Amino acid sequence: MALMEFFGCTFIAFGPPLALFLFTIARDPLRVIIMMASSFFWLLSLLVSSLLWFAVVPLRQQLAFGVVFSVLFQELFRFLFYKLLCKADEGLKKVGEQEEESLSLVRNKHVLAYVSGLGFGVISGAFSLVNVLADMSGPGTIGLNGESEYFFITSAFLTLAFIFLHTFWGVVFYAACDKKSYVGIAVVILSHMLVSCLTLLNQMDNPPYAGTVIPAYIVLLAMGMWAYYTAGGSLKNIKAFFGSLWRKPEGYNL
Amino acid sequence: MSDEEDSFDERSKLMSTQTEVLPRDAARLRSSSVQDHADTTDRPTSGEAERRAARRTEDSDTEEEEETLKYGAKHVIMVFVPVTICMLVVVVTVSSVTYYTTPQGYLIYTPFHDDTDDEGTLVWQSFANAFILLGVVVVLTVFLVVLYKYRCYKFIHGWLIFSSLLLLFFFAYIYLGELLRACNVPMDYLTLAICLWNFGVMGMVCIHWKGPLRLQQAYLIVVCALTALTFIKYLPEWTVWTVLGMLSIWDLVAVLCPKGPLRILVETAHERNESLFPALIYSSTMAWTTTMADSNPDDSKKKKKKKKKTKTNSGDSTTPLEQNSANGSNATFGDDDEGGFTNWSNESQERSQERNNQYLNWQNQQTSDDHRRTESSVSTESQRARTAVANIGQNSERPARPAAQQPSEEEEEERGVKLGLGDFIFYSILVGKASSYGDWNTTLACFVAILIGLSFTLILLAVFKKALPALPISILFGIVFYFTTRLLVKPFADSLSGAQVYI
Repeated sequence: MALMEFFGCTFIAFGPPLALFLFTIARDPLRVIIMMASSFFWLLSLLVSSLLWFAVVPLRQQLAFGVVFSVLFQELFRFLFYKLLCKADEGLKKVGEQEEESLSLVRNKHVLAYVSGLGFGVISGAFSLVNVLADMSGPGTIGLNGESEYFFITSAFLTLAFIFLHTFWGVVFYAACDKKSYVGIAVVILSHMLVSCLTLLNQMDNPPYAGTVIPAYIVLLAMGMWAYYTAGGSLKNIKAFFGSLWRKPEGYNL
Repeated sequence: MSDEEDSFDERSKLMSTQTEVLPRDAARLRSSSVQDHADTTDRPTSGEAERRAARRTEDSDTEEEEETLKYGAKHVIMVFVPVTICMLVVVVTVSSVTYYTTPQGYLIYTPFHDDTDDEGTLVWQSFANAFILLGVVVVLTVFLVVLYKYRCYKFIHGWLIFSSLLLLFFFAYIYLGELLRACNVPMDYLTLAICLWNFGVMGMVCIHWKGPLRLQQAYLIVVCALTALTFIKYLPEWTVWTVLGMLSIWDLVAVLCPKGPLRILVETAHERNESLFPALIYSSTMAWTTTMADSNPDDSKKKKKKKKKTKTNSGDSTTPLEQNSANGSNATFGDDDEGGFTNWSNESQERSQERNNQYLNWQNQQTSDDHRRTESSVSTESQRARTAVANIGQNSERPARPAAQQPSEEEEEERGVKLGLGDFIFYSILVGKASSYGDWNTTLACFVAILIGLSFTLILLAVFKKALPALPISILFGIVFYFTTRLLVKPFADSLSGAQVYI
């Protein structure tokens, strides 16, 4: 059971991101490197937030404090990474133009945002789930002492939601920064805060999972749509896409 | 065990990420010393860009390309992948085979290993151990360099062969035994002997003689992983960290000081127009070629552009000719200077030639298939094929210059980044040690930190265009992230994931 649960949860949480990585990122070395760099930035933000959490001794038991500041730090580092990418824009262009795979990365800013967002998401997902996964595989199982038996599966689903959320936040945030539209930035920060604070409810003795997972996925859906529109998608595109699926392909040019 | 194994490792520390800073034509190389041909003068635009690049921080990746294409993103990935594989092997082993985490006995170089909790004792003991180990490393490095300087190639080769023999047979035997024990799989000695014999002999052949590039790389990674595991097992707890720190400093000194042994080694190798021993260095492209210009300018390129190239016949028809001529010209001026090395270098030329021919055959087979495929595929595909053709046009133009004076700069840039095996070993030791405490977050943090450090080093490599030590930055990042993650982040992350709170 434990092993099955381990694999199940691993693939729930990391299967879709893995697919994204393989199909959209792995082929282009530049994207891999940018993803790596953005996960490093996330690590830095985590480091800063745990430093704060560690330093403020009296509030160590109050996770809410750590969570709020951690969210702020993450967004701050997202912004810093954005700044960095802007500075490196010139260099990126030079590099990107030379390699065929990197062309889209340079020409389309949203690709850059997507890649760094995914980098943020994957590392944050990994940090929140890896140790849980390690426990999952081991001897013993959860739920014997009256804890919720859904602990693992909800963890996995929440992790997945956060990975995707980070990706979408990345896209929305970078586009908002480009246009200097503060609404987008505010929405990203607020929705991040909202979802994170909602998960604080999971600390309760009998966690209301429906109350945390479902809103997280609703926010995910909303952010996903927003990101889709920001990246230039529209209803028409979706229709055209599905239309092309069941029409015969006749030399489509994408 | 220890003596050989240690010496092996020490040697391998050589030449972290040696740059191929060779000048455009081989003749110039021979007359000039290494420093001179950091050929910035040839590229007027690069100076400014470099300075800017140096100032910029993190985003590795990008800058590094900005300097010419020399160290493209591909090269970074080509170093990332083997390092990742090596770390992965070590981490998986450490966390599944308990043998490597239970201390039993220590190396003779680390005589101080009291079982105390007294911090003072721990500190002085770990430093004493590290100094002893460092002393051994220094002495052996200097010894190697002296040997190389006075052309005792036979001795060096003997040394290398002996240590890789030990690693591939004896250490692999121990590893396999423990792995089987951990998996609870019985195996008779006969089967084991046959497997081990095949594995070891093939490894020796691949590393020291000839074999497919991929296989050689795989064996080098295995060798590194085995060495790293041994260190993880036999070094006392705290000594590991001091040793890592000390060795990074030593790496810095040895590579960058004007009289540093590794620097002398690299320069001597450049002067003699040889590449260093394949058993010491992981090379992302061609590991065997002795001289810079020998052999095929296109071989490495082909490896990378295989897919594109196979789509067309046209561009490639010129290459074999060019390669031959390049080979010929080189053989002529590669000879006089080689001393005891000639045989080896000639052989290696043959080898690469051979490999090249094989590749061409293979390619011819492929092309027919590919043609069919391209024809049937959609427009995007054909577009890509067209750009590929354009690429090939460019590529084949370059070797088409008179081969004698111009073995072409292209082949140097395409020769990829070289990383000393020692760097692999110490990265893996760091990550392996981090994972041995059972916290995956720490492992992950160290992994990311080391790779980022490595890409920093690669940027610097692109900026300075000379051999750089690969340990200091990565190990510094690794150690910093290890301790901060372990002390600060772990409790925070644990309480978060325990409460199912997501940030």
